[in-house]
Parts: sequence; C-alpha cells; structure tokens
Amino acid sequence: MASPQFSSFYPDFLVQRIWERCIKCKRCVKECSYGVHVWDEKKKTLLADDSKCVGCHRCEAMCPTKALVIRRHPSDFREHALWTPWHIKNIYKQADQGGVLLTSTGCAQPYKNYFDHLVLDACQVTNPPIDPLREPMELRTFIGPKPESLEIEKVNGKFRLKKRLPPLIQLEVPIMFAAMSYGAISLHVHQGLARAARDLGTLYNTGEGGLHASLYEYGSNTIVQCASGRFGLHVDYLNAGVAIEIKIGQGAKPGIGGHLPGEKVTEEISKTRMIPVGSDAISPAPHHDIYSIEDLRGLIFALKEATEYKKLVFVKIAAVHNVAAIASGIVRAGADAVVIDGLRGGTGAAPTMFRDYIGIPIELAISAVDKRLREEGIRHRASIIASGGIRNSADVVKAIALGADAVYIGTAALIAVGCTMCQRCYTGKCPWGIATNNPELIKRLPPDVAYEKIYNLVKGWALEIKEMLGAMGINSIESLKGNRDKLRAVGLTEKEMEILEVKHAGE
Amino acid sequence: MPFELNASIYHYSQVNNLIREAIAKGEKELILTGVNGHRYLFAGVSAEVRAKIYGTPGLDLGCFMRGPRLEVFGNVQDGAGNTMDEGKIVVHGMGGDVIGYAMRGGKIHIYGDVGYRVGIHMKSYQDKVPVIIIGGKAGDFLGEYMAGGVIILLGMNTIYPERPIAGIYLGTGMHGGKIYVRGKVKESYLGLGLKPYPLDGDDEKELERLLKEYCDDFQMDLSEVLKEDFVKIIPYTHRPYGKIYAY
Repeated sequence: MASPQFSSFYPDFLVQRIWERCIKCKRCVKECSYGVHVWDEKKKTLLADDSKCVGCHRCEAMCPTKALVIRRHPSDFREHALWTPWHIKNIYKQADQGGVLLTSTGCAQPYKNYFDHLVLDACQVTNPPIDPLREPMELRTFIGPKPESLEIEKVNGKFRLKKRLPPLIQLEVPIMFAAMSYGAISLHVHQGLARAARDLGTLYNTGEGGLHASLYEYGSNTIVQCASGRFGLHVDYLNAGVAIEIKIGQGAKPGIGGHLPGEKVTEEISKTRMIPVGSDAISPAPHHDIYSIEDLRGLIFALKEATEYKKLVFVKIAAVHNVAAIASGIVRAGADAVVIDGLRGGTGAAPTMFRDYIGIPIELAISAVDKRLREEGIRHRASIIASGGIRNSADVVKAIALGADAVYIGTAALIAVGCTMCQRCYTGKCPWGIATNNPELIKRLPPDVAYEKIYNLVKGWALEIKEMLGAMGINSIESLKGNRDKLRAVGLTEKEMEILEVKHAGE
Repeated sequence: MPFELNASIYHYSQVNNLIREAIAKGEKELILTGVNGHRYLFAGVSAEVRAKIYGTPGLDLGCFMRGPRLEVFGNVQDGAGNTMDEGKIVVHGMGGDVIGYAMRGGKIHIYGDVGYRVGIHMKSYQDKVPVIIIGGKAGDFLGEYMAGGVIILLGMNTIYPERPIAGIYLGTGMHGGKIYVRGKVKESYLGLGLKPYPLDGDDEKELERLLKEYCDDFQMDLSEVLKEDFVKIIPYTHRPYGKIYAY
C-alpha cells in the first residue's frame, strides 16, 4: 500500500470560485504553472486542486471577471501556541519525503525589526526644514576608498588636488540592486534592472550566473560577482562592470553555498554559466582559495591585478555574530567596499532553517561594523553597503544614519515587478515570469515593463529620501551617513541602543 | 629577440605592467628571470604569447588568463592557473595548493608533486576541457567538486616515496569530469560514493593523447609512463543535490 502523503491533506490555500461570475474562459488553467486549475472536458466545468496552490494570486489577478479569490485555507488545527500549522506541516513534508526543507525569499520569522523601532528627526522652529522642490538636495554618493587627507596646491592661481583620488563609483541615488543571478531570475528582469540602473545613475549586480551577452552594454552600471562556483567568470566578464563583488556569504543562507538545480540550467543559462545543460550548478560553501584574511587579500588583489586596478572590489558577507571583526579584516585585506547582508536578505532558494534562523538583523550589523571601523581608524578605507530587508525609503534613510554608505535592494525590486511573495522561487515555475526561465512564463514580464516598474520605485524612494532629508534640515545624503543623532529608539533596551548608538525617544 | 626582463628588482604590479606593455607592442616571446615570489604574473592577460619564467612565481600565476603559454623553470606557489580560461602552464618543478581552482580551459602540466585542493571545481563546457597532469603525488582533496575536465595523477616524479599517491577525499563531491590515477588508489581515500573503474578504449586513447604532450614537455618516456595500468574515477551522479530536498 502506498504510504499516505500527509502534507497533501491540508492545503495552505483555498481556491474559491464565484460561479455566478465565472464565464469558463479557462484563463485560470492557462495562467497557473502549478497545475491547480483543470478543465474537465466531460463535465464542461473547471476544477481546482487546492493542494497544489502556492498562493501566488496569478489566476485571481488575471481572471477577466474577477471570479477567483485565493484565501488562506480556513481549515484549522486546534490552537496551540507552540505547535503552529507551520511546524506541523513542515514535519509532514519531511516525514513524507525525507530531506531538507527548501524555501525562498528572506527570513519569515517575526524577529524584532529594529527599523520599526527607530524614528527620524525633523526640524521645528529653529533650523528650518529645507524644501527639496526649491533648494538643491544631493543624493549623490561615492563608493570606494577615500583618502586619509586631502592635500591642495595652488597652480597658476588655481587650487587643485595634489594627488589624484583613487577610483570611486558615483551613484546618483544610494540604492543599488542586489545580486540576483540570471538563472535565479529571468533575463527580462536582468534587462529591466540594468536599464533602470543606467537611467537612475546607480548599479545592478549580475549575481554569480555570469553576464548575458545582451547586457554587456550596461557595463558602467554593472557589478559583476565572483562567487565560489566561479560560473561564467572570465576576463571579459571581470572587465565588463565597474566593480567586482567577491561573494563570501549571503544573508538568506550564511555558511552554505548555493546550487542552481539542473532543471533550471536551460540552453541559454548554460551558455552564460558555461556549464552543460541540465547539470547542477554547484557553488561550494567556501571559496577554496580563501581560508583566511590573507587568502582573501590574495583574491582581492588577483582581481585588481587582472583588471589593472580599474575596478573596485567589494566583498559581500552575511551578517553573523562576529560581523564587525570580520568586516575589519575585509577592509584590511584591501576591499573597497564591505557588503553586509542581514538576516532578512532574500534568496531564490535556501534551506528553511538557514533562511529563518541563521544570521543577525542588518540594523545591528551596520551599526556594529561602522563603529568598529571608526574605532580602528579605517572607516574611510571602504564603503559599507547594507542589504537584507530594506522595505521602503525610510529603511534606506535609517540604514544610512546607522552608518551605511548605500543599500542594496533585491526583494523590493522583485515586488515592484509583480512578485507576490509566495516564496516558491526554487521551483522555477514563477507564474509572474520573475524567478523562472521557462520560455513561456518569462513572456509574462517583458523587459520594458520590468524596467518601468523598477525605475518608478526607486524614483519614488529618491523623492521621499529628499523630503525626509529636507525635513531634517540637511541637504546632502553625505551629512546623514552615520548621523545617529537623527535617530531615536522607541521601545528598545539599553543594550540594543548601545549597539545601535542611538538615544531613546525623549532623550 | 624575445622580450627579456629581470623581475628581481620590481614589484609584481610593475612586472605585470611591463609584461602588458610588451604584449601591447606585439611581443610574442617573453623571458622573465629573477622571479621570486612575484604574485599574479600574467593575471587576466588575454593574448597568444609564450613566456619562459625562471625562479619561483608567487600566488595565482596566470589566474584568469586566456591564452598565454607559460613555462616555469622552478616551482609554483599556490593558486597557479586559478580560474584560468585558456593557455598552458608547464612547471619544471612542484606546485603548491589550489592549483587550477575553477579552471575552465587550457592545460597545467606539473613535473613533480602538488599540495592540497588541486583542481577543485574545474569545469568544462563544449570544446573547452581543462586538463591538469601531475607527475608526482597530490595532497588531500584533489579534484573536489570537480564539474568537468581531466586530472591525471602519475605519482612518478615525487620526493615523497613514503606517501600514498593522493591524499584523502579524492574527488569528493565531483559531479563531472574524470580523474585518472596511475597504479592503484585505495577506495578509502576516495570521496563519498566514488569508485575506481578500469579504463575503456576511449579513455585509453584520451590518456595517451594527453600524456604524449606531457611527456614531450618534460622529455619523459611515454612507454614508461604507460607501463602501469591506470584507474579512472568518475562521478556517481551529475546531480549530487538532486534528491536532498523536501518540498
């Protein structure tokens, strides 16, 4: 007798069809890539298998008569504070199949969100606020090492710098697009990100999957990534962008590598990653040439030497317990920027236990790293780029006030192109055409649409940031960096405030 | 007249700049003398040139390079051929750790022994099949995570007669490519799930072709090398992570 599959007994979602609205056009059947909706030819009716529904809401959104509603399944287990349905169903899944629970996106557990316990300042009466509509407001940010001091000389009656500044990357807005590989997301999303980055004056990051031939033209807005798998990594690729990011870790899965399952390695992906079609693309947990800070320095300078010191080298780590000491080592190893990816950083695929229980919140990590680098007198030698759970422009402002130079957004950019956070990117069946490379599904999100949505989002955030800066009475994002006086805590402990270096509201 | 440079008075960055300048001027043959721990020589150089290197190049010789053919009269330190794309490195001596990490194409021929973690995550794609041939013995983790290409381990030109031909965890996690070992290798030294297999006709042809070029590089006698039988180690699956998840 076949063993019962407990996990299929209790669907997460209920597909509710309002029959008086349904015109049986079968659009839902076409839209669902998980096979929930089925047309029964004999009975001339539509059937739905709730157990396959992932809650992506594609059918509901596309139904021309709004005849579908996707709801959390109302069937309840008896209430128990400890054994919630999430735990029960995870155990069913593992009992049915054995193996590691897999999921996507960032941490879904309700840890304290420090951004939500920090409030911003605004001017009242004295030091009047600045209106960005009538006065210049600068979001321009420079990424890379800054000199210890500036020496100025007078030549022919004109002042000029004695020594040339090291190469820096100029961003018009302190928001960049986080590494998401071609393979994890569709080529159309990559094209949208690249174009948006160009028009916004910022950078996008290729992730580890190599660079598609169509994207080389966006080089001056590109960060290329060198991860442990070294996929699609060759001299043209290293020289394609303005920065090379060595990926050591990722907030969604600190301490482990990644793998793109063979199913997702299609013909096009295979060309870019330079591996055979259908084979697993495995990125080992460590870079096997990096077992120490000295080894990291070895790779940083190998990359700099190979690109003739024209590119900045970033090093990305997951925010973990000793993040401040690690970041200090990274700066001393010669990195031009330290990228810290916090507990809530997203992913296309990660073991659930890693996504939800490993790493520390980004807010604490930013502050700890900024403080440590300042104390050691090396803060100017590298920029801090923060990522992992940046949801809105206020989060950006708070991250910068805590000490970051700029932020990366990943999940927010994907939500901008229609992601509904169903957390099933790892299946490769994304019905919204985002986290998939199925040739039929990617048509659902053309590059132009991806571009427009991402561009709009960041444009909106940039306006909001200018407004918030103006309200605080400052006219340049530079003046906000590490400026914790603009922050106050609401409902944080002494210890938390000590780490964040903020005062409590009312102080 | 080849371009000749005494590296001993320069920093590695200067040496690389001079190499790049010479190549840009159209030099095809280069000779470097006095090399003593200079790192990253020929890093990212993309050109069809030949170079003779006298001394001991430092970390990451020829990393990311595409095309140069380097002949080293001495030993090489760690990371030679790191993520190398095309070209060749011939070493008339020994090699350090992580030689040929993530190498995608080209050849590395080492006369003597090598250190740990050599040939990790080599990969092949279409007509690009990287090859590492080691005349001596290898440390632990040879060919770990190997995704493609060929590693040949001879165990002949060694200064460690008492050691086994390869260290432990040979080929751990390999999911592509082949490792040929001359003589026998203890199964307990192999990575999880791997087994040594006898060679078939195609393997023998491939081995002979690759070893002929190797023997030519070092004036070794091919028939002597082929006197002993080889075993091959291949992955037990191309999808090592295919079945470890519950959805």
